[in-house]
Amino acid sequence: MIIEQSLSMIFPLLLAPLMLGLINRTKAFFAGRVGQPLLQVYFDLFKLLKKGAVYSRTTSWIFQGGPMIGLAAFIASLLMVPFGGVPALISFAGDFILLAYLLALARFFVVLAALDTGSSFEGMGASREVTFSTFAEPVFFIAMFALARLSNGASLSEFLASQPRLWAPNIPLFFLISIAVFVVLLAENARIPVDDPNTHLELTMIHEVMVLDHSGPDLAFILYGSALKLWIFGAILMGVLIPIKVEPTILGQVTALAGMAVLSIAIGLVESIMARLKLGRIPPLLIGAAGCALFALLLVLRGHP
Amino acid sequence: MTTWLDGLLILMVLTGFLLLGSSRLAESIRMVAMQGLALGFLPILLHSDEIGIRLILLSLGSMALKGLLFPRLLLRAAREARIKREIEPFVGFTMSLLTGIAIIWISFWLSSRLPLTESIRSTLIVPGALFMTLTGFFLIVSRKIAISQVLGYLVMENGVFVFGVAMAKDQPWLIELGVLLDVFVAVFVMGITIFHINREFDHIDSDRLANLKDSDS
Amino acid sequence: MILFLIAVAIWVSTGISALVFSRRYAVSSWIGAGGAILGCLLALHSALQAILGNLLQSFQFPWSLPFGSFYLKMDPLSGWFLLPILGLSIMAALFGTEYMAAWRDRPSAGGSWFFFNILIASMSLVVVARDGVLFLLAWEIMSLSSFFLVTFEHQKKFVRDAGWNYLVATHAGTACLLALFVLMAKSTGSFSFDAWLEKGVSPFSSIVLFLLAVVGFGTKAGFVPLHIWLPEAHPAAPSHVSALMSGVMIKTGIYGLVRLLSFSEVPPEWGCWILIGIGASSGILGVLFALAQHDLKRLLAYHSIENIGIISLGLGVGYLGLSIHSPGLAILGFSGGLLHVLNHALFKGLLFMGAGSLLHGTGTLDIEHLGGVIKKMPWTGSTFLIGAAAIAGLPPMNGFISEFLIYLGALKGIGTLHGSPLVFLIIAATSLTLIGGLALACFAKAFGVIFLGSPRSKHGHDAHESGWGMRLPMISLAAGCAAVGLMAPLAFLILRPVLTMVCRIEALAAQEIFTQTSMTLFFVVLTVLGFLGLAGFLWGLRRWLLSGKTIHESVTWDCGYDAPSPRMQYTGSSFAQPLTSLFKSILRTQRKISPPSGFFPIHASFFTSAPDVFVRTIIRPFYHAVRFGFSKMKWFQHGRVNAYILYIGLTLLILLIWNLR
Repeated sequence: MIIEQSLSMIFPLLLAPLMLGLINRTKAFFAGRVGQPLLQVYFDLFKLLKKGAVYSRTTSWIFQGGPMIGLAAFIASLLMVPFGGVPALISFAGDFILLAYLLALARFFVVLAALDTGSSFEGMGASREVTFSTFAEPVFFIAMFALARLSNGASLSEFLASQPRLWAPNIPLFFLISIAVFVVLLAENARIPVDDPNTHLELTMIHEVMVLDHSGPDLAFILYGSALKLWIFGAILMGVLIPIKVEPTILGQVTALAGMAVLSIAIGLVESIMARLKLGRIPPLLIGAAGCALFALLLVLRGHP
Repeated sequence: MTTWLDGLLILMVLTGFLLLGSSRLAESIRMVAMQGLALGFLPILLHSDEIGIRLILLSLGSMALKGLLFPRLLLRAAREARIKREIEPFVGFTMSLLTGIAIIWISFWLSSRLPLTESIRSTLIVPGALFMTLTGFFLIVSRKIAISQVLGYLVMENGVFVFGVAMAKDQPWLIELGVLLDVFVAVFVMGITIFHINREFDHIDSDRLANLKDSDS
Repeated sequence: MILFLIAVAIWVSTGISALVFSRRYAVSSWIGAGGAILGCLLALHSALQAILGNLLQSFQFPWSLPFGSFYLKMDPLSGWFLLPILGLSIMAALFGTEYMAAWRDRPSAGGSWFFFNILIASMSLVVVARDGVLFLLAWEIMSLSSFFLVTFEHQKKFVRDAGWNYLVATHAGTACLLALFVLMAKSTGSFSFDAWLEKGVSPFSSIVLFLLAVVGFGTKAGFVPLHIWLPEAHPAAPSHVSALMSGVMIKTGIYGLVRLLSFSEVPPEWGCWILIGIGASSGILGVLFALAQHDLKRLLAYHSIENIGIISLGLGVGYLGLSIHSPGLAILGFSGGLLHVLNHALFKGLLFMGAGSLLHGTGTLDIEHLGGVIKKMPWTGSTFLIGAAAIAGLPPMNGFISEFLIYLGALKGIGTLHGSPLVFLIIAATSLTLIGGLALACFAKAFGVIFLGSPRSKHGHDAHESGWGMRLPMISLAAGCAAVGLMAPLAFLILRPVLTMVCRIEALAAQEIFTQTSMTLFFVVLTVLGFLGLAGFLWGLRRWLLSGKTIHESVTWDCGYDAPSPRMQYTGSSFAQPLTSLFKSILRTQRKISPPSGFFPIHASFFTSAPDVFVRTIIRPFYHAVRFGFSKMKWFQHGRVNAYILYIGLTLLILLIWNLR
């Protein structure tokens, strides 16, 4: 068991950047381009790690500490995320709360690092980041409460492991929860329709503009961290969506890996066919997702379907 | 069978949510069309043991009217009046969605209080129907553009229809057909009125119709 | 208990000596602060004994007050509230000696130590008093001494206004408490808390008593909409006083509520609903109003309201657990709420001292004029960051632990319960997430705009770090925040006697819940330690990667614009704008705009302010109505002496008739 558990920690550490590659390839395919190599993100990471760094004179130690703390928080969160039906390395009652707050800690430091540069662009991105995550967090929590009630458990591993027994009569329910989690995934990972990961300098984006001034290993940490964050939400979504529990468990993990690939393509698809929403339309989107999650919770509470 | 039924109702509730949060008229009309189509399956699913010609007629009729004809009429009206979106409703979209959340809660609560038979209680029909009725009502009250109000009216009617199909097991389907006809006439008339009002006044902002009332001064 | 009495004697005597020597600031501050600290250390011993040793200490002075008696008793609950009061008082006294030195030429500076020590003594007496009359007496002394501390700089008009505001608010609250205590005494025949406990009479007994208690204690604690004095009084008071008032004095309101509510065996459900409702509204509205502020101390004051909301959510969940006979829910709710009392004292004390240090070092608290201060004031900046992380509920700090416990309680209930309790638990948990997100936004704004970037005015440029007298308390409090966060299971176990007392359960009966919860907390801490280890590892990795590489210094990427000035940085108001505009229907932010005009605009300005909506919509109309009502009584009050003599005579006559009837 410990081997599989470690595997579900090793997979993201190795494969998370591949998701970004897959998304990029999908988008390129829909745009009629060949696109960058699948492994481009890895190349970028290695290149950045080998470089020196440039720091603004305005910045303080917060700016240099932000990426580090962010990455550490993402890796620590991964410890609590089950993958493919295999329980996570660490699981305890309410671990999803710690996960959400670790992600919040990472956000806090990325935002502070952005404010540390004194650039108004980055201030703008920081301001939007905190605004939208304020709405995304309750959605995630309500969805988790629904799962808690459904699975009669209290930790992520219990929520996402006891699926097969419950799947059959609850298709609409999982569908609703998946919608909510998917919207949170898009919002938290700076994907279209909430944010555009491709633009760097327009006034429209959020996450990318906050990391404008980072360079070298710091930027590598941020890039790698955002891949891991995508994996965290992807793994949770897979846990909700994939109904099959297979023996041996390694097969379940392979299924989940395939699921992650499909998810990456789906995200690429969403990014290809949708435009970024106007900023004012993002809170309604997240509130709509909250509505889905709450609807799911109410359905569970009724003991039905 | 219940799973399908509930899935259908959840779909209708979701379309209701999208309606609350969407400003584009074309999108809203499509949502209502989808709701209408989903509605058509409901009688068949609910009374699957006694499928007869009347039931099928009702299903097909409501699908054709609510899923195809009304949306077309409304899309046409919107096109002719050259309006694409609801810009400033009385209640903003964020607030509308929050109201939607509240309505969901209220519908579930109400449905747990109503004296119902066990077979109906076990499904989502009553809360779903209540949600649609209340949402439709809220849309009529909170929107300015006449077409949005018509949409609200349709959603409300859909809610009533769901209620009726679930409750009236033995009631003559003729009544339902009659109601359908009424709605048809209503939408038709509204479509024409919207078109003409727009031609006369260059807008269909119903808020400004208030100017037509007799003033005291 | 004897140590506690000695401590009270020390506080009073050193306070009076400080008043005597008030002409010589150095002497009076040494006596005042020294006495405060000495007394606190002595009393701390007896408080810790009450919590850890579960030792009941009581003392009855052979002297009876009218209607009551001088009856003190120290049980775990009193001890738990004494802990932050004494701890923060020590820090505030230390901080105050250096902070007040700026006003050393003013005779009132020495005298302020008198009120400071009396405030500590009265707060401590409030939490150990076991007699209604004595409680109210201590309560009133507490209100008055803090009033004189708030109005320390009474030459300024806004300080006088704030003081007046506070005085009226606090007495309105005390009036409710008086009514409450009299009603409770009437139904039991005694003012003694023991009698109330025996008869099981508590504010839960009827809705009128409950509302009186909520209004009376809530005015002190800062429940919305009774919070109006907080955002006025805290900016006016000296910083160490704000720290003390916001960190612990408002908690006496929570203490009073818990103490009185604990008299009833099984609380009714409606009471829990009201508590959760108050908690959710105070929490969300408090943090929303905080977002719209640009005076740091006002911002912090609104955050006190938010944290009182969180505490009240915890208590609501706890009482809900008691009312539906679910000890697990009760223990988790109370532990979250009560631990947050301590935590809030730690980080809010720290943050207010940080604000004091900022005022000391820069001369302003308007966050729009600051920026880049962390380079000039590294100690203040770093400790403020820890406080900010703690108040935003981020791990590994203490704020996370108490919020986690409340979440855990809610989660437990959501998994098993039905009906209305469930609905309120969902409301509690969801509002807690919303509060968390908004608090993060607010402190990202406060810390980011004040300490990061580059200075926006000369205030920021000329900043200088405070001396060790001010640094040391801040560092200790920051260490306290981290310690509670990293030793959460221990903190939970220390809380255990308090919990068994409040929940009225046998320690053995709830053994399983305690072990389970401390195991959970252990795992939390383990993960958090893993996170810290990873951060350390990455720090090393980064150093290794960068060693031997070129590291440039440059300007911030300015998008090709030639002459960016610090004034172009994102301001606090613009940072908060997306959120404040989303909630504009609640906040009603007022804007004053004079837009640029012409081809070469010379002057343009934009100013926003978010005055308290509740003052405008509830409190002021209420007081206007009261004033209108009293103005109708003017014919009664016309200044002729013979008329007043007539009134006196008439009153005596009526009383006589009443008695002989």
